[in-house]
Amino acid sequence: MNYELLQRTLKMGSRSLWNHRLRSTLTTLGIIFGVSSVIAMLAIGEGASREAQLQIAKLGSTNIIVKTVKPPENQIATGKQNSILDYGLTYDDATRFREVIPNVQVVVPVRRISQQAWYRNRKIGIEVIGTVPWYTEMAPVHVRQGHFLTDIDLRHQQGVCVIDENVVKNLFMFDDPLDQYIKIAGNYYRVIGIVSSFQGIKAGGAFELQPSPAVNTASSIGSVYIPLTAAKARFGEFTFQGGASGGRVEKVELQEITVKVASSDQVLMIRDIIEGIMSRFHKKKDYQIEVPLELLRQAAQTKRIFSIVLGSIAAISLLVGGIGIMNIMLASVSERTREIGVRRALGATRHDIIIQFLSETVLLTLMGGILGIILGSLIPYFVTLFSGMPTAITFISLILAFGISAAVGIAFGLYPAYRAAHMDPIESLRHE
Amino acid sequence: MSSDAAVQPARPIVLMEHLCKSYSFGSSQLPALQEIDLVFEQGQYIAIMGPSGSGKSTLLNLLGCLDKPTSGSYWLGGEDVSKLDDDRLSRIRGQRIGFIFQSYNLIAQLDVIENIEVPMYYQNYPQRRSFRRAVQLAAMVGLSDRLRHRPCELSGGQQQRVAIARALANDPLIILGDEPTGNLDSHSGADILGILDNLHKQGKTLIIVTHDQNVAARAQRVIHLLDGRVEKEVYN
Repeated sequence: MNYELLQRTLKMGSRSLWNHRLRSTLTTLGIIFGVSSVIAMLAIGEGASREAQLQIAKLGSTNIIVKTVKPPENQIATGKQNSILDYGLTYDDATRFREVIPNVQVVVPVRRISQQAWYRNRKIGIEVIGTVPWYTEMAPVHVRQGHFLTDIDLRHQQGVCVIDENVVKNLFMFDDPLDQYIKIAGNYYRVIGIVSSFQGIKAGGAFELQPSPAVNTASSIGSVYIPLTAAKARFGEFTFQGGASGGRVEKVELQEITVKVASSDQVLMIRDIIEGIMSRFHKKKDYQIEVPLELLRQAAQTKRIFSIVLGSIAAISLLVGGIGIMNIMLASVSERTREIGVRRALGATRHDIIIQFLSETVLLTLMGGILGIILGSLIPYFVTLFSGMPTAITFISLILAFGISAAVGIAFGLYPAYRAAHMDPIESLRHE
Repeated sequence: MSSDAAVQPARPIVLMEHLCKSYSFGSSQLPALQEIDLVFEQGQYIAIMGPSGSGKSTLLNLLGCLDKPTSGSYWLGGEDVSKLDDDRLSRIRGQRIGFIFQSYNLIAQLDVIENIEVPMYYQNYPQRRSFRRAVQLAAMVGLSDRLRHRPCELSGGQQQRVAIARALANDPLIILGDEPTGNLDSHSGADILGILDNLHKQGKTLIIVTHDQNVAARAQRVIHLLDGRVEKEVYN
């Protein structure tokens, strides 16, 4: 019986709304915009945040990345034009880390050099990454074919290399790269493995990572991994930084050392230990310590603030939509004063009148909510389509938006319904 | 209702004792009805007449439980309804009183059948039962061929007939009419009065407030009000 009553109430309500189609539509627009903006904005925010967190997580939440940084000019001892500028991380640093830090899982030293790679008669710009076999444990590279560098390669400074998919695509095209030779700076390296490409970090607010020095990402299409020892032997540590007014020679042993610890709880403590080691052995501030975990936390914090701001804006628009509804319902009640009087004379209680008008309002807002959800789900789709920005519609936002629209309907519909119910039937019947 | 009203001992269906109603405007009191003592038996056809300001409307509102008296008591169907709360009064109106208004007061968005169903809707009749009864009542007032019409598609006389059918929906104790022929031409008006006569013959209790002498002529009892009191009663 109750279900039937509900059905008839809703039927009566929708009939009434249908009779005033234009007015109902205009009223719903407020809710539609409110709900869709909540969903769309939260989706855009969520997409951006997930993307950023993904990138940071790839760096590893248990990693600490120590990078070589060119010291500021005032810290360099003034000397002759031709003196060698010696700075940055050293092999000794790597050794110290391995020996001093407790529970360290892996220490990965990295040397980066910009170079050209030749194959047959093709050449491309690449970044040579001299590193150790256990590089794959901390970096998000997956071996697709062949295998990565081995201990033997490292010990014997073998002329072998592992290339990424960009190099394969641009240098080898349709040839099978394995066991082929590429020429870098006059030396030949045999390809022993192919890895997936690692996308660099896109710039974005608080979590932008600094690029390592001596890396010119604009001109390198892909990466070529060779044993660190081979890099040291064949490229040495000296680079010449040229300029219009003469240049200077720089000596850098390693661009980067990544330390991986056992669990993310220890990260901050280990970071302090590393800071201690570095400051003791480096007079100049020629290094920089990055903790992806902290960046992750920052990113989460940023996202939270973002969501609150976006959510507030959307909430305000829902509020405005609700006030619009209340306005319309008050006008509707006023128009139907006589009808209310008649219904009361025919036996309707105050409760019946409240239900009648409240159901109309709830129908309006539910309809607006559903349309808002549809629109709100389409907008992020088109944003991603046209701007490439990732978006992620969360289930929570749908429920949130829908629930709020229902609540808005009931809240803003209650007053007009109450007004309707408490009108004096005699006065109402006398009304024009 | 069969017409054995004459055989059974008549019970008062309406009993008004020392009924008073005054309206307060700030500090002053305006008495609308004073010391009304009336008894209506079941099955009677009663007309209430009087000049404007005599308290006709006030009496009608009290009879219809749309308003409560300032003092005195009003017994409807053996129950004192003068001191009930709003919810109980709404119930009483729905179950025991059938209204017929001068301007019909049908609900414009609903068709004939749905209009007749309204009182049953508020008493939670199951859909099928209320529909069937509405069809019966529509037939009784001669509107079987207009069941799905909206009020705007009906003439005044037809609308008033729907209103009468609606008033009968819950089989009320009394039918209250407020100038039922006031907005109708003489032809339609006569139709309506004919229907009311039939209802009377069937034993229904009719209380009609009117200016119209024709209406008064058809009633058994005519009560004349003047300045909030019963001036005289005329029996036809």
